Amino acid sequence: MLTPVTDTDGAPFWQYAARGELRVQACGDCGELRFPPRPCCPHCRSFAAEWRAVSGRGRVWSYVVPHPPLLPGYAEQAPYNVVVVELEEAPRIRLVGNVVASAGAPLDSVDPARLRIGARVRVVFSGGLPQWVPA
Amino acid sequence: MSLTAGSAGIKDAVAIVGIGQTAFARNLAEDERTLACRAVLAALDDAGIAPGEVDALASYTMEETDEVELAKAVGFGDLTFFSKVGYGGGGSCATVAHLAGAIASGQATVGVAWRSRKRGSGPRPWTNTAVQLPTPAQWTRPFGLLRPVDEIAMLARRYMHEYGVSRDHLFNVALACRNRANQNPAAVMYERPLTREMYMTSRWISEPLCLYDNCLETDGALACVVVGKERARDCARTPVYVHAAAQGLPAQHHGMVNYWNDDPLTGPAWTAARHLWKHADFTPQDVDVAQIYDAFSALVPLSLEGYGFCARGEGGAFTEQGALEIGGRLPLNTGGGGLSEAYVHGFNLINEGVKQLRGTSTAQVPGAATCLVTAGEGVPTSALLLRS
Ligand SMILES: [Zn+2]
Repeated sequence: MLTPVTDTDGAPFWQYAARGELRVQACGDCGELRFPPRPCCPHCRSFAAEWRAVSGRGRVWSYVVPHPPLLPGYAEQAPYNVVVVELEEAPRIRLVGNVVASAGAPLDSVDPARLRIGARVRVVFSGGLPQWVPA
Repeated sequence: MSLTAGSAGIKDAVAIVGIGQTAFARNLAEDERTLACRAVLAALDDAGIAPGEVDALASYTMEETDEVELAKAVGFGDLTFFSKVGYGGGGSCATVAHLAGAIASGQATVGVAWRSRKRGSGPRPWTNTAVQLPTPAQWTRPFGLLRPVDEIAMLARRYMHEYGVSRDHLFNVALACRNRANQNPAAVMYERPLTREMYMTSRWISEPLCLYDNCLETDGALACVVVGKERARDCARTPVYVHAAAQGLPAQHHGMVNYWNDDPLTGPAWTAARHLWKHADFTPQDVDVAQIYDAFSALVPLSLEGYGFCARGEGGAFTEQGALEIGGRLPLNTGGGGLSEAYVHGFNLINEGVKQLRGTSTAQVPGAATCLVTAGEGVPTSALLLRS
């Protein structure tokens, strides 16, 4: 399985995720959230940033169900779901992830036929990665 | 006349006067460099221009045969302009656009654009996990969003959900391309008709996209030759003029995984289109035939909206009643496109546009005088309006 290859801007997200916290980069001056993280604020050009905790509640914005050919590790779990979740407090902040039955469950632990755009989910963490469970 | 703001710019200032291509197949014996040389020499031969006259080149950043190798192999003269465009298939039309700018502004006189690729027999790019850029792959790949098809399927699902676009609409795209390939002996799918039954029962690649929503995996190379309009009049072939050209990178765009801006379903096509139509003497209603980048079927209805052939959300419905077939409102990808002729990062769409405006396509639109050619949508893109 692939682990995140992080960069300077993204590293804090993963450090918080490893502690079970979902945080999103926000401008230190105008306060606007932004994702993916980047060096400065596209709204006010400030280089000041903070990492703001979010509720971890969201809705499925879209989803796919990949089938092989896939990389090893993923192929064994296919077909599985990949979702884009829009956060409740900031619908334009959208995170890619998987809906699983419980934290640490396999990528195919939820029947894809049960997925719906708009379905409520909440974040859980496993192995440093955020995952989503039905809320 | 000087080139100042508000002037005609590159409008009709240059023309494509030569096109060339190799065979298209799953497995060609020759390597990419050899195929590149063959396609470039074929295009120059078509134009009646000697390789020693070439002074400008343009290709994709993903092109493996660089300018030095090509120039010394085929015997170009001194080069004074060479350019490579990024973002995979989004750069196809921009290669011609960069040559047009260079020639119109006096940086060069004879330009060649090309693409050579052994996608059919080489490894698929997404299987290489070592060279992935950290951004944005860190936000997608660990979760199993691995391939371009997965990334586009995510947008396709949302698009289908918001606007009632159906699998039948996507089938209309795949069918139009296949029908044209069935008329084109050079197409990989020349002898392979497609039926609705085949489409609806084919295997999934990434739901909601099935096998036939995905482009081919092809070995092949193509090239074209661009010169100024005065020189074009002396060439052997009917000149095909570059009427307008644009690249497109919208504000706050995120590349193919464009999930993070306010409106992910309006992509680079909208940006390129605004520039094209601002500089064109005609409108979308005047386009006789279109070559729209089709790495995935779902890119076509999105592009139909972006380039102004229909309103927001109507791209699916636009494909109904044979609109994309010969005789329809907008004949599409008349050589078969990436879905059914060859997938060479969209360069075959440029050459097919030239064939239509020369009147030599294997699926000729009677009297075609204007053609839109587009590059990869989703990624930062480019487009050309061609006219005869
Ligand atoms: Zn700010």
